Amino acid sequence: MKYTLFDKVWNDHLITQQDDGADLLYIDRIFLHERTGSAALASIEENERSIKNSSHVFCTMDHIVDTFPGRTDQTTMPGGSEFIRVTRDLSLKGNITLFDLGDERQGISHVVSPEQGIALPGCTIICPDSHTCTLGGLGALATGVGSSECEHALVTETLRFTKPKQMRVVFNGQLNSGVSAKDMILNLIAKYSAAGGSGYAVEFSGPVVEALSVEARLTLCNMAVEFSAFTGIIAPDHKVFDYLKDRPYAPSGESWIQAKEYWSTLSTDDGAHFDQEIEIDCTNVSPTVTWGTSPQHAIPIDGQVPALMSEDGDARRSMKQSLAYMGLESGQSIEGLPIQAAFIGSCTNSRLSDLRIAAAILRGRKVSSAVRAICVPGSTQVKQAAEKEGLDQIFINAGFEWRESGCSMCFYAGGEGFVSGERVITSTNRNFEGRQGPGCRSHLASPATVAASAINGAITDSRKMGIV
Amino acid sequence: MRRFVTHRGIAAPLLKINIDTDAIMPSREMKTVAKTGLGKSLFASWRFSDIGTDKEKLNPEFVLNQAEYHCTSILLTGRNMGCGSSREFAVWALVDFGIQAIIAPSFGAIFFTNCIRNGLLPIVLDEQVIASLAEYVALDPQINQLDIDLKNCQVTGSAGTVYPFELQSGFQIMLLEGLDAIDITKKLDKKIDAFKTTDIHKRPWAYLN
Repeated sequence: MKYTLFDKVWNDHLITQQDDGADLLYIDRIFLHERTGSAALASIEENERSIKNSSHVFCTMDHIVDTFPGRTDQTTMPGGSEFIRVTRDLSLKGNITLFDLGDERQGISHVVSPEQGIALPGCTIICPDSHTCTLGGLGALATGVGSSECEHALVTETLRFTKPKQMRVVFNGQLNSGVSAKDMILNLIAKYSAAGGSGYAVEFSGPVVEALSVEARLTLCNMAVEFSAFTGIIAPDHKVFDYLKDRPYAPSGESWIQAKEYWSTLSTDDGAHFDQEIEIDCTNVSPTVTWGTSPQHAIPIDGQVPALMSEDGDARRSMKQSLAYMGLESGQSIEGLPIQAAFIGSCTNSRLSDLRIAAAILRGRKVSSAVRAICVPGSTQVKQAAEKEGLDQIFINAGFEWRESGCSMCFYAGGEGFVSGERVITSTNRNFEGRQGPGCRSHLASPATVAASAINGAITDSRKMGIV
Repeated sequence: MRRFVTHRGIAAPLLKINIDTDAIMPSREMKTVAKTGLGKSLFASWRFSDIGTDKEKLNPEFVLNQAEYHCTSILLTGRNMGCGSSREFAVWALVDFGIQAIIAPSFGAIFFTNCIRNGLLPIVLDEQVIASLAEYVALDPQINQLDIDLKNCQVTGSAGTVYPFELQSGFQIMLLEGLDAIDITKKLDKKIDAFKTTDIHKRPWAYLN
């Protein structure tokens, strides 16, 4: 029998198959945050249940904490301090490891989880957050769930899943300079739609994926949910092993040797069956930017907003609403569109390698006076590492705000947000209506495109900037 | 958990694709940890104009604000309904507003499970079928109500036309009987512990103490 990578991890966690078609899987790690984890913890309290194995549960403060220097429990988001307080109290009560404000390990859950060696290849990991699929970049079976499912996992160490179909996306060729994992995933979603992965677990593979750094693989898998996939996963290799070695919660000593031996078996067998296979030739992938209000509304940076005629009934109606919301017309070029804000951050693109790429473009340059530019490192450790290299000074000298870590303005929670009608070039993952502020217009792009656009005050191809 | 057996109700067409959970329940409206009282914020950015200002008012163009769709309990939507954020607040808001079933060509996976866990029935039907149901209800929404029968997995629309749908039997039973998934799984505790006893030898590195 030939197995896929996904089959192997799934089968090794299968406790029992139910008559009704659901599989009960063992869950290795649970990560919580103060926004929706608090609801799961509060529900456990209310139902007088308890956490079965708190040593496998971790929690961070990322979603609604402020990212201003000198932040406290008080938040610009109204009512935020209640989420913080409930999370802190119930984490303490439940004996959960909490990466609280002021803790050097604090940061965005999906950035912290690999950084601390909590997410591991061949592990199942869930978090009440849709971008948990990020961790598939390490070869983990990781998926986002709701608060009720999270409560189920906390109380039983298991979840029931219907096994999804399987898709393999092979990225062939090689990446052009100035093109990154963010452009690859936007290209895939644009081609096959935001529902293209619906019902599938997706393995990303091929020479281009193998050549990606671990951090770039996390970016690629991060947006599997924007493809509506159950999750994304990449076979772990020596790069992943090197990345995880000596991380605080990663195995060590004898255990490390056993782990590496097991992890080395985690790849798809030749001839294993996929329900669907897609190939992308990366020589044709350009820096990619979204024009609309769905991640599928992505086009090459030298492209034009597509014509309405190319869509059918429901899609046409939705596209019309998107164009009106974004203040754009079919046929308009995306390059050169004036922007009023630029944001680098989020679980998609806020790691050290992302900040280095942006800094290389920003060095010695100034952000346009028409643009408010913000950089929010993905974790406190990313921030510290960036400061050690002097990246913070490059950002600050260019005119960027340099923040404490958190999800920040990736989404608007009622506190800080971008202004209605303003265009934001953003390294985040969602360009939904109002996502970054009521009436705000978000254009998703790579950190390189965000940095270049911030300088020019208009959407810009970073390859035309040169690195000074 | 709330049961779902049969339901007859007013259906409102909201035939957009990729309706995300940010649109269903904007993050800015999630002001407390509580699951209740969220219905007033459902589709807030679409239901209200000038939101958050003293000019805030109902948007008359939005389907749920129209008199003929008063007391809607079923939504007809485009594909990939409930994509995006995992926030269960979106489902809690729908339930609090009085929505009991959603009919769509496909759903976001996390949203689909969140619906089931809260007694809200997600029904998958073909886009053309949904378009014809939408046409039918639009003629007279208060009179042309839809009938949903979960036991037989069917929706009845215009002139008694029956549209069958599929739902995994585990989900169907949970909804029909109002069962709680955690209670069911807890009965499997021995199996879970037996799995761990074996697994810890196979993957000792995965266990933290």
